[in-house]
Amino acid sequence: MINFGYTSNKDRQIVFDENDRSVYQILQSKEPSVDICIQCGTCSSTCTTGQFTQFSLRQIIVNIHRGEMDFINEDIRKCMFCGKCQLVCPRSVNTRNIIQVLITILN
Amino acid sequence: MGAIAFHPFVLPFSIGVVFMLTALISRFILWKKKLPFADNEKIRNGFFTVKTLYALKEVFRESLLHRRMHRVNPLLGYMHMTFAFGWFLLILIGNIESRLYSGSEFNLPYYPIFFQYFVHDKTGMPLEKVFTYLMDMLLLFVLSGLALALIKRTNSRLLGLKRTTNIHKGDRIALFALWLIFPFRLIAESITSGVYHQGGFLTDTFGKFIDELLPVDQLVVPAWWAYSIVLGVFFVSLPFSRYLHIPAEIVLIFLRHYGLKPSKKFDHFSQMELFSCPRCGVCIDKCQLASELNMEQIPPGHFFHSIRDHRDDKEQAFNCLLCGRCEEICPVGINTLDIRVQRRHEFQVQDNKIQFPYLVDGKAQHAEILYFAGCMTHLTPGIKSSMIRIFEATGLSYYFMDEQGGACCGRPMQMAGRFNEAKAMVEHNQNIIDRCRPVIMVTSCPICLKSFKEEYIINAQLMHHSEFINLMMEKNKINLKHSGLRVSYHDPCELGRGLKVYNEPRKVLHQLSDLQPVQLEAHFSLCCAGSLGNTVLTNPQRNELANRTLDMLLENDPDALVTACPLCKKTLAGSNRCEVIDIAELVAANLILKGEPSRVLRTPMYSH
Ligand code: SF4
Ligand code: SF4
Ligand code: SF4
Ligand code: SF4
Repeated sequence: MINFGYTSNKDRQIVFDENDRSVYQILQSKEPSVDICIQCGTCSSTCTTGQFTQFSLRQIIVNIHRGEMDFINEDIRKCMFCGKCQLVCPRSVNTRNIIQVLITILN
Repeated sequence: MGAIAFHPFVLPFSIGVVFMLTALISRFILWKKKLPFADNEKIRNGFFTVKTLYALKEVFRESLLHRRMHRVNPLLGYMHMTFAFGWFLLILIGNIESRLYSGSEFNLPYYPIFFQYFVHDKTGMPLEKVFTYLMDMLLLFVLSGLALALIKRTNSRLLGLKRTTNIHKGDRIALFALWLIFPFRLIAESITSGVYHQGGFLTDTFGKFIDELLPVDQLVVPAWWAYSIVLGVFFVSLPFSRYLHIPAEIVLIFLRHYGLKPSKKFDHFSQMELFSCPRCGVCIDKCQLASELNMEQIPPGHFFHSIRDHRDDKEQAFNCLLCGRCEEICPVGINTLDIRVQRRHEFQVQDNKIQFPYLVDGKAQHAEILYFAGCMTHLTPGIKSSMIRIFEATGLSYYFMDEQGGACCGRPMQMAGRFNEAKAMVEHNQNIIDRCRPVIMVTSCPICLKSFKEEYIINAQLMHHSEFINLMMEKNKINLKHSGLRVSYHDPCELGRGLKVYNEPRKVLHQLSDLQPVQLEAHFSLCCAGSLGNTVLTNPQRNELANRTLDMLLENDPDALVTACPLCKKTLAGSNRCEVIDIAELVAANLILKGEPSRVLRTPMYSH
């Protein structure tokens, strides 16, 4: 083949249906309030850890929901457990317990 | 006395006592061997000092008289006292009596116990009548306690306990044996008196009564057998039942006097505390989770039992508000909160990696006052801006450490039992504080303050803003006018029970407002249910608790509810039942500023 000096990118399509959503299911059973999260991001905007890093609880919830588990384990350990997210969440999601449950089940 | 008094029925009792002592002493030796060296050192150093005497005094007051229990619940205190002190006196006076009679200082241990069987005629013994009367009186005293114990089991409400502990299998044998000891003693002594007429007002009367109905002379020996057997059974089962609390509490009192303290880890000291819990049940009604949400297994009485029985206590460990109401009331003085957090730590994933690599050195600046608002205060901007106004009114220089946000103080992590992570945050903040070198460090959040007091080393006067305001008031740095409001004050758990700050906020409020009393305040105040100590409670459950707390706080229908914690404020304001303001906001709105006409009260700073 003639080398034109460029390559084509690998397929970046994510097939969610093929993802393993078992972590979300366990999380759901241990902290049912994760289900009512509307992914509004209020938690992330007030987050203490968020002032220092890209850490976002909303993103974590979204990713786990989709079964995208890369980096989740490292990410949740950045949370300082301060509880601000829980107070601002418009849906009263038990955010700190989500972190607590994730830390337990991912280890 | 002649030949040595003996009858085979003394055997069950004697074997029981020997067995119990062997079991207890070997258990204690094993336990002490595992104590860290430093703790053993403390015991050695304290043993031959006045501390031992103080410990003995406390043992007398607490293990025998149950003074603290009396204060908490007089009937329950009386019940425990009759068993402990009554029985103790029976043994003591019985010993004196038998020694006086035999004229010898040496006695076989069972001799005083079965004295009434061996000796039918005490004529000639000094104070003969007095002893007979006294022993009957004491027996009656213990029996009255037994009656209360039976009532507690059948209808605990009559003793002022809505809920009480239930009896578990292992304890049942010991409990029934204990209950039977004194009635059996009464029967044995009465029957003997029915034959020989040597008893006092109680046993003699009862003996005569039995004599009418039954052939007493054939029953004497069986009755003493029965008495001895229940004693034996009780002693054998004691080391394996909750009655282990009797020796354990005594040991605990000594250890405390020698300076042993609970550590972060669930260790041998915690175990001694655990075993000292008699499961009196006092903490159960005090726990809002039990009384309002029917989570009966949460209060320490049950929680400790799960740990002791090696049942799964994870749920119990985490589902607790750490409000401290149980610790405040516990008549044994057990550090119930420490044990809860120690257990959480056991369940947490232990992680030794550097926890927060993103925390880099924060900005520091020297000033007289260092202000740390805390995460929760950032959610209640009214408190922040009020504090700034107050600082400015004092004329002192201040530096707002986390004005642009900062790391958490570490306490929520600490309360969750993740100590390594908490330590990383503590080190980060400690570094900034050290570089600021303040004279006074003020925080608006009692949760942070508790952490600063316990986990940090702060070379400054460390105080909550309510204490700071009070100090400034006393030093005439700020002047306040009366707000004209009728207010009720809610004691935050961490500030009140946690840090024993009860008076300062009240002094400030008396200056500013018409402070109304509420039914449960100071030591007995209720938790607002917002506690960061609990991760499991659902939001509806928290609301339910908060509403019950508000019911109590709003009984006098105040114009506003004042508190001194941003989290309490947010939680209590959540139900929109009344205006909830922080003490700092009330102060800032009523400052008399020099050269400036005093402002109209009720600035719009009462943001929820
Ligand atoms: S604030 Fe609550 S609802 Fe919104 S994303 Fe966070 S957890 Fe979900
Ligand atoms: S508890 Fe964790 S996720 Fe929630 S605001 Fe605090 S640091 Fe962020
Ligand atoms: S923890 Fe204290 S109050 Fe609770 S049952 Fe035990 S001794 Fe009684
Ligand atoms: S700390 Fe509070 S919530 Fe926890 S057991 Fe004690 S009284 Fe109950």
